[in-house]
Amino acid sequence: MIPANGGEVSVPPISLNHRRVLHATTLSLRPGELLAICGPNGAGKTTLLRALAGLLPGTSPRDPRRVAYLPQGARSAWALTVWQVAMLGRIPHCDAALAPVTRALQNCDILPLRDRRVDRISGGEARRAMLARAFATEPDLFLLDEPTADLDPAAAQSIMRLLRRTADAGRGVVVVQHAADLAIRHAHRIIVLDAGRIAADLPARDALPALAAAFGLPFGLDPEPRLLPADDDPPH
Amino acid sequence: MPRTSEPGTIAHPVIGLAALVAILLVLSLLVGDGILALPDQLILIQIRLPRTLLAVLVGGGLGLSGAVLQGALRNPLADPGLLGITGTAGLGAAVVFYWGLAAQFAPALPLGGLAGAAIGAGLLLAFAGRAPSGPSLILAGIAVSALSAALLALALCLAPNPFALAEITFWLLGGLNDRSLVHVALAAPPILLGVAILLRLGPGLDALSLGEETAASLGVPVARTLRLAAAGTALAAGGGAAVAGGIGFVGLVVPHLLRPLLGQRPAALLPASLLAGAALLLAADLLVRIAPLVLPLSQPLPLGVLTALLGAPFVVVIARGKPAP
Repeated sequence: MIPANGGEVSVPPISLNHRRVLHATTLSLRPGELLAICGPNGAGKTTLLRALAGLLPGTSPRDPRRVAYLPQGARSAWALTVWQVAMLGRIPHCDAALAPVTRALQNCDILPLRDRRVDRISGGEARRAMLARAFATEPDLFLLDEPTADLDPAAAQSIMRLLRRTADAGRGVVVVQHAADLAIRHAHRIIVLDAGRIAADLPARDALPALAAAFGLPFGLDPEPRLLPADDDPPH
Repeated sequence: MPRTSEPGTIAHPVIGLAALVAILLVLSLLVGDGILALPDQLILIQIRLPRTLLAVLVGGGLGLSGAVLQGALRNPLADPGLLGITGTAGLGAAVVFYWGLAAQFAPALPLGGLAGAAIGAGLLLAFAGRAPSGPSLILAGIAVSALSAALLALALCLAPNPFALAEITFWLLGGLNDRSLVHVALAAPPILLGVAILLRLGPGLDALSLGEETAASLGVPVARTLRLAAAGTALAAGGGAAVAGGIGFVGLVVPHLLRPLLGQRPAALLPASLLAGAALLLAADLLVRIAPLVLPLSQPLPLGVLTALLGAPFVVVIARGKPAP
């Protein structure tokens, strides 16, 4: 179990289809910290997040009231409304409390769309609805897998800013982030994962060399051309 | 300001459906086979009452298990027949016909159907494994269906005489005519138990809307929910098939009829699907009885044939309409 005031979490070795995808490791989680897990495709980022969420065999299950997990590309099989999706976050508490759901929709800046169906809003708005589901649980720790994947730069920035604010308000936030620039810009700390091992664990501002090495790019080279909107609340 | 999830949309359609079931129930007691006359007490209790009660039980069980399966498997085309239990119930009844047991002991037929449904449910849960996922449950259902279809074809090939063959075939078409209170007494316990199991799965089905992994992270026991959905369907739909034969499309169509009224949240559909299934089968069985008044029929229209005739166009509409996102 992850203690409320953070601490060391040990992760057992994980094999999928007889292939070791994650080696045994320990990492520290702290409340009030936005931790980004970065690394190339196949490095084991999603597996590490699932292990932290207690969803893999051999890992200890988490208290669903205290840990909220959002898988990559989460979507609803049915055309639920934004409100109905957010309401699912109350299932761990076995209640239908309205106040936390309203707060979650407000936090995720999607309250005005609460009666719209999630299949009839934009991809960025639908992602916010899925995030609102995690927020509605009011957990101590958020585990989010690529919450900005497939979003345009402005929408991605805005979600990373939301997560940074959430961490600054005292929650623990762990985010698997493919885009190294977003991680460096918004996270407090970055874990670089390479071939199932933690290659680096350091403050975000110092992470560029380790990221460049893991991605196999020359030191300091921008991973890809960027188009970033003006950022009026720089995190560092 | 904050409001409940579906303001005003839960209560009214359910009350309306309950009223519809009540009206159809009275009509079903009053309308006979091709005659519109008030029945005497004997006909009312021995013929109309069992038929009416079975329509409510069988239709409700099919409607509810359709809604639960579509939610559990996140598939708008799921139907109780998908799990193969209806097939094994038919096989159980066919075996009874095959040995001519029904002629000596009337309840042998529903008992054979129940035994077939129970064996099918056991096979289904065994094939699906200890920790089933949606796809593994569907594959297990396909395996059970294929097995029962093969064994049924074998029973038909080896039928001892043409009468047995005709009897098996006709029974498999499904119907509620000539059933007695014994049938009701045999079918009610499994159907009611199945309904009780299925009605409790609502929150788990809602969580499954976001996928099995998210549901697990919300603390929902996914494998247990799927096994209960399968077991509840085996009881509710298998118990019905054991007394009424193969009645298709009710479980498939009912949730689709309700979604425009109630929204798509799976739990919101459960009680309404129970009532709408009952209403649909009561109405279909009334049509079967009224049909000889308007159509030149030498035989009563089999109920399963009627539901399939009405249901097939719905499948086309579902397939052509916008699929769930």
